[in-house]
Amino acid sequence: MSARRHDARRYLRASLVVLAAAALTTACAGPAGAGGSASASAAASSGSSTTAASRAPETLTVFAAASLKKTFTELATEFEAANPGVTVALNFAGSSDLVTQITEGAPADVFASADTKNMAKLTAAGLVTGTPTVFATNTLEIAVPPGNPAGVTTFADLADPGTKVVVCAAQVPCGAATATIEKATGVNLTPVSEENAVTDVLGKVSSGEADAGLVYVTDVAAAGTSVLGIPFSESGSAVNSYPIGVVAGSTHAELAGLFAAFVTGPTGHRVLAAAGFSTP
Amino acid sequence: MPRWIVAIAAVGALFIVLPIVGMTARVDWGNFGALVTSPSAIAALLLSLRTAAASTALCLLLGVPMAVVLARSRFRGQRLVRAFVLLPLVLPPVVGGIALLSTFGRRGLLGQTFEVLGIQIAFSTTAVVLAQAFVALPFLVLSVEATLRASGARYEAVAATLGAAPNTVFWRVTLPLVVPGLVSGAVLAFARALGEFGATLTFAGSLEGVTRTLPLEIYLQRETDPDAAVALALVLVVVAVVVMVATHRPRGLS
Repeated sequence: MSARRHDARRYLRASLVVLAAAALTTACAGPAGAGGSASASAAASSGSSTTAASRAPETLTVFAAASLKKTFTELATEFEAANPGVTVALNFAGSSDLVTQITEGAPADVFASADTKNMAKLTAAGLVTGTPTVFATNTLEIAVPPGNPAGVTTFADLADPGTKVVVCAAQVPCGAATATIEKATGVNLTPVSEENAVTDVLGKVSSGEADAGLVYVTDVAAAGTSVLGIPFSESGSAVNSYPIGVVAGSTHAELAGLFAAFVTGPTGHRVLAAAGFSTP
Repeated sequence: MPRWIVAIAAVGALFIVLPIVGMTARVDWGNFGALVTSPSAIAALLLSLRTAAASTALCLLLGVPMAVVLARSRFRGQRLVRAFVLLPLVLPPVVGGIALLSTFGRRGLLGQTFEVLGIQIAFSTTAVVLAQAFVALPFLVLSVEATLRASGARYEAVAATLGAAPNTVFWRVTLPLVVPGLVSGAVLAFARALGEFGATLTFAGSLEGVTRTLPLEIYLQRETDPDAAVALALVLVVVAVVVMVATHRPRGLS
């Protein structure tokens, strides 16, 4: 065998090994939890902490449902401004993902869930101090692409055979709410897709792939002009509650309690209401 | 071989194997049978096998000519073309999904044309196959191209000087030469298609029996039934390993 041919063989073998490794990793890798951590305006708080340090520098870790991203980012910034020296680290993901993370030992001080079911899971695991408080409620709304190509006006219109409807799967909170409304109204939907997250439903609608989708009122508000919201009276039969609680074993329990009170208090009300949430 | 190489290689192998072992340790063996034979699990597994087979066929159809062109010709911008062909390998699958959506989607580049022809790709099994083929194609092209380069063009040149037409050379010389690369490339493409998640979720949606493949079913089950998710994940790992071990034999190792 000539040297050149030998080299070519080696090249072939090496590239196959690389390919095999790449294929195995991608084939076996599950989806990573959708979400990320962010430190809300760390620069702003570190600036003020040097001037009016009423507390030793502390970092409060808040795990919040993905649908709270906008409101909690804003609330964290306001909380930092009101409590110099405090930095709020935020981790957003689906509520069930967050429960899994906390039960696996992730260091969370506060947990804000998008439904009572996931909060109950954490409480049952003995990982919540005291009783969680409901700080907001959310209801479903029909989202359609701008121009409403399928002419949807009522919930019953969604059952039209020609209308492509996308909903959340029954396993996730928005899907459970959808199922409750279907049951209450007797309208049976035949969706073209049952998505894992409300953001996936919204994406299918705003891209025009679907004629309509069922998402939360707050999602329609946050989506701006990319979708059109159509409220429907039957949405009241499925009201989703958002509870907040202090995680047991928090090393900043006092501060965590303060943050929870901040969210359930006037500032929380104002920020949440502006985003379309109802507040109790 | 120096011992330190073996030591580091062992650490590397453990890095891949340990998480799989860790996952296996979480399997609820008592209910394993029931968890993996639920109707939704069976539907997802069958859909995954069907779509992965279809997308592998599509990869073979498109990928072999691509590999031949890349390996046997020189043209301007060849490096750029190869870079683009390999792009799905490094792109996050969700980006692939967005790209496919803006091309084959209802309001996409080609979607309106398809709509006029009465073909609807969105939310169909076809969309799943397209998403899988998009991410799996580079594996096949790379593998076949590497084999072609390794085998050299001498046999083809000899066949041509003996009077064989280009078609005859391709079918009788080139193709038989690349069979090993073809097989391993197809296996890798199949394995990659089997694991496809992001592009499918973004482009095809998720509906039992139509678009909800095994990875999507695992992701969904995790929301309410982590035991079922772990059990199905193990099924996916086993299927992938069986496919790779059974058919992937690089030359020189067999």
